[in-house]
Amino acid sequence: MDKFTTLTGIAAPMPLVNIDTDMIIPKQFLKTIKRSGLGKNLFDEMRYNADGSEIESFVLNQPAYRDAQILVAGDNFGCGSSREHAPWALLDFGIRCVISTSFADIFFNNCFKNGILPIVLPQDAVDVLMGDARKGANARMTVDLEVQTVTSSDGQSFGFEVDAFRKHCLLNGLDDIGLTLEKAAAIDAFESSAAQARPWV
Amino acid sequence: MSPKTLYDKIWDAHVVDTQDDGTCLLYIDRHLVHEVTSPQAFEGLRMTGRKVRAPEKTIAVPDHNVPTTLDREKGIENEESRIQVEALDKNARDFGINYYPVSDIRQGIVHIVGPEQGWTLPGMTVVCGDSHTATHGAFGALAHGIGTSEVEHVLATQTLIQKKSKNMKVEITGKLRPGVTAKDITLSVIGATGTAGGTGYVIEYCGEAIRDLSMEGRMTVCNMAIEGGARAGLIAPDEKTFEYVKGRPHAPKGAQWEAALTWWKTLKTDEGAHFDKVVTLKGEDIAPVVTWGTSPEDVLPITGAVPSPEDFKGGKVEAAARSIEYMGLTPGQKLTDIKIDTVFIGSCTNGRIEDLRAAAEILKGKKIAAGIRAMVVPGSGLVRAQAEEEGLAQIFIDAGFEWRLAGCSMCLAMNPDQLSPGERCAATSNRNFEGRQGRGGRTHLMSPAMAAAAAVTGHLTDVRDFMLTHA
Ligand code: SF4
Repeated sequence: MDKFTTLTGIAAPMPLVNIDTDMIIPKQFLKTIKRSGLGKNLFDEMRYNADGSEIESFVLNQPAYRDAQILVAGDNFGCGSSREHAPWALLDFGIRCVISTSFADIFFNNCFKNGILPIVLPQDAVDVLMGDARKGANARMTVDLEVQTVTSSDGQSFGFEVDAFRKHCLLNGLDDIGLTLEKAAAIDAFESSAAQARPWV
Repeated sequence: MSPKTLYDKIWDAHVVDTQDDGTCLLYIDRHLVHEVTSPQAFEGLRMTGRKVRAPEKTIAVPDHNVPTTLDREKGIENEESRIQVEALDKNARDFGINYYPVSDIRQGIVHIVGPEQGWTLPGMTVVCGDSHTATHGAFGALAHGIGTSEVEHVLATQTLIQKKSKNMKVEITGKLRPGVTAKDITLSVIGATGTAGGTGYVIEYCGEAIRDLSMEGRMTVCNMAIEGGARAGLIAPDEKTFEYVKGRPHAPKGAQWEAALTWWKTLKTDEGAHFDKVVTLKGEDIAPVVTWGTSPEDVLPITGAVPSPEDFKGGKVEAAARSIEYMGLTPGQKLTDIKIDTVFIGSCTNGRIEDLRAAAEILKGKKIAAGIRAMVVPGSGLVRAQAEEEGLAQIFIDAGFEWRLAGCSMCLAMNPDQLSPGERCAATSNRNFEGRQGRGGRTHLMSPAMAAAAAVTGHLTDVRDFMLTHA
């Protein structure tokens, strides 16, 4: 997993609420057995016509936002399925950070496993950043994970919360499995006491 | 000791390790696996030379991609789907996990197979790379969906890194009225709380109307906890639960059964335990409902009319306008005036035997309306066999339904069972998202009885009126 420390980039506005995982990456792209290559199908049905041509009005098709690395989105982003293909598609497109008032639980988790930082901010802060994102490519936002701030292109800064452990993993690009395997003795101990207490499991 | 909720009790029984910031390592008792969200996880194990830590607690079944037509032994035509199912075949073999291949009569939707085979038991932690893992909460098991990285983590370590959610109680008091089902309960709860109302919580469903439900009905309720944003849904186990579990292939037997039962009976929320959020609905107030939009929260009693975007606030105004346009509806249009093209009965929400019985009850001696395409996809091979034995299959076939083999099918349309653009479907599944059942397809969610009634009339129908006029 790539580290996440600071990011300065173009932010694309997606004010729609309840953007679900079927919108982020429709099911026909879940048939892959790889993690990479999904970026071209990110938001597929919003982004392309049935004949494969681009829908001009869609935000990521507009010249200003083609290189967006941040999304500012409406409430409850990422609701729906557990498909990790959603963060894989975002990452493959180049998105490293999503800002919203709220995220669906599984999607939120999945982001951290892939070096994407989901940031929860109150509505008024999201409104300001949404306005900033609408300015297009000249408005670059900066996200600093170490000090936990998002700064708009005109210098307005908003602090955000992030779990200490998740922050540590993102800052250092740590692999969860490796960390957990260091606790193998604790897992062994749990297993043997559970085998006594609940032998039917 | 301070009083605990059911969630607290299951959680506490599974904590392996706690870090200073409250992040826990939680032991996982059952890991269910399907073909779509697992290939990258097994690949990860291979690349790092890791093994599956507890293959005996890992159960795999292909469901999302499998064809449900009767000729499926011919194999899967779509190459990518075939590769995915073949990858699961191979991974199950290579890593020695429990497996129900397509050719096995026990194959079916993972959330139907788990309980059916007795893998899911009260008090367990159950995970699967699938959001509808919440279904298993009906047994008083802490069950939730995980992403593929977490699938790999559970395969390698049999644990999950988790922070505890908050406790939420959803109480359904009193009795349900005739024609109202578990599906109407769960959709009505989402209508009341919104699709983010449960975010950050584990829901415990309780109250008389929940206790009165069969295990099948309870699974329907918990299945859609995720649609309300909750990490999991739970229902305290009781005699009905024990009765359902007893004698299943992987349920405990003999002395172990007695020991298990003793523990299971303690799995209920203590008097005075704290809930961070409480929602109460009266059973009598719940009507048969349908969805009109493209989010499960877009739900209304069937007696209602399509809303107008101005009825909403904030970002939902734009979302509602988009939904209404996508769904090809007009504000003010009566829901019962909405004509349908297709009926889909199945999925992990409503693909169990009781669901098929409820639909068959409506369809007995009747025909589907002219021009309607209708299919029943049983949730597992065993559900299918039982429905055939009970004569339900014949009722469906006589009515004009296609009688399919088990799988996810048109719930998410990864196999050839899809809607075409603009096609409108009465569906018993759980998601009405844009494109969910096929690009441009329009989905109205409802109960099996409501879907069956719609099949007969050709439009969305109040099953209560239907029962009166078609008696
Ligand atoms: S039936 Fe539908 S919701 Fe259930 S597991 Fe299959 S695709 Fe998912």
